[in-house]
Amino acid sequence: MKFWDWGYTLEILPALLRASIVTIEATILGFVIAATLGLALAILRMSQNRWVSVPTAAFVEFIRSTPILIQIFFIFFVFPEFGIVLPAFAAGVLAIGVHYATYCSEVYRAGLENIPKGQWEASTALNLSPYVTFRDVIIPQAIPPVVPALGNYFVALFKETPLLSAIAVLELMQTAKILGSENFRYIEPITLVGVFFLIMSLAAAWLIRRLESLLDRSLRNPGR
Amino acid sequence: MALRTLAVCAIVCFAAGLSVASFASFREFLPGLLQGALVTIEITIGGCVLAVLVAVPAALAKMYGPRPVRWLAVGYIEIFRGTSALVQLFWLFFVLPHFGILLEPLTVAILALGLNVGAYGAEVVRGAVSAVPRGQWEATVALNMPRTLALRRIILPQALVAMIPPWGNLFIELLKATALVSLITITDLAFKAQQMNQITFKTLQIFTIVLVFYLAISTVITAGMRALENWAARGLARGRQ
Repeated sequence: MKFWDWGYTLEILPALLRASIVTIEATILGFVIAATLGLALAILRMSQNRWVSVPTAAFVEFIRSTPILIQIFFIFFVFPEFGIVLPAFAAGVLAIGVHYATYCSEVYRAGLENIPKGQWEASTALNLSPYVTFRDVIIPQAIPPVVPALGNYFVALFKETPLLSAIAVLELMQTAKILGSENFRYIEPITLVGVFFLIMSLAAAWLIRRLESLLDRSLRNPGR
Repeated sequence: MALRTLAVCAIVCFAAGLSVASFASFREFLPGLLQGALVTIEITIGGCVLAVLVAVPAALAKMYGPRPVRWLAVGYIEIFRGTSALVQLFWLFFVLPHFGILLEPLTVAILALGLNVGAYGAEVVRGAVSAVPRGQWEATVALNMPRTLALRRIILPQALVAMIPPWGNLFIELLKATALVSLITITDLAFKAQQMNQITFKTLQIFTIVLVFYLAISTVITAGMRALENWAARGLARGRQ
């Protein structure tokens, strides 16, 4: 048996490339959920009201300490018992998005806590409402420094998307497994998936480094 | 900190309440889940030990090794950090047999997770070692210590304290990644959950209990690592007096 079959590789490549679009879609949608819900969780967790902050903290800690695979199963298998039936793709994206929202919320929290107290006091002195304070004063200062950390979670989230194969979403991993079982050759499809993830992660890591240095420069010379 | 304890207490109370509310149905699936939990713990411990054993040499090779060894270490770290844990697991499980290497699923699981977390751990070790002040190295040179002795007696013990908290995080990551091994036919907690679900259809109870199990194991890891951290910091403080 041939060790590596180039003909077979070329034959399965189009199917894998089509499937990689699903992977990228899941990554982007998942990260949109993670980035927005994460900010909401971070703000709720900083609330003065203990009835808001403690349950939020408990939720974040619970999601962070349990495996994402079980959470995917939970949303896919348990939610229908409450009458919420989600298609596999939506359930998977929701689970990944919520899981990474808890990680992102910790990142945002670090950014928010680094804002000097004086900024809050100045907003109070200017009689700004809490909403305006957050939107126009705090958030614009808190987000840029944490963008690189968020970028790391973007890459991490991207690497979690093969988990969606466990609930039969036809993304890259699931397609590779199906191709492998149809042709009884797993070397090529699974190696190709690995290479795809490696290239994409390295490219994303490089982009994040560029972004980091760009932000570094604009933070050092504000107003430019 | 108190917040986290409070959160854990609340969740445990919730789970206890749930279990009292439906005790009879628990006997159907709890023994199966406990068996699965044992396998999960076994893989977690095996993976953690392998990760540490791999990470330290990989980090030292990347920092101080001769060029070919350094490239090897960099290649290992980048490949295992750059691809998904599930892809690595499947690669070892489906592709290695083609090379004539037949491993038991349990071995594949420990190998894949240990190597994956070991690659992240190598960066943790590297960070901790390079955070040791330069003066410490210069002092060992002044005292005419051989490099390996300096590393072993002076640098690594100080780096150890700094690397314990990130290792705690990695161990919890590894615990959570063990859920993946259910996809290569290992009867761990996640696999048992699906199996029991298919038998009893108590979906809500089973998956909630499974989440609480994982939370309990990760809380034990957190507590253990905190104790280790205190112990190591105490040792360092005594050494500085």
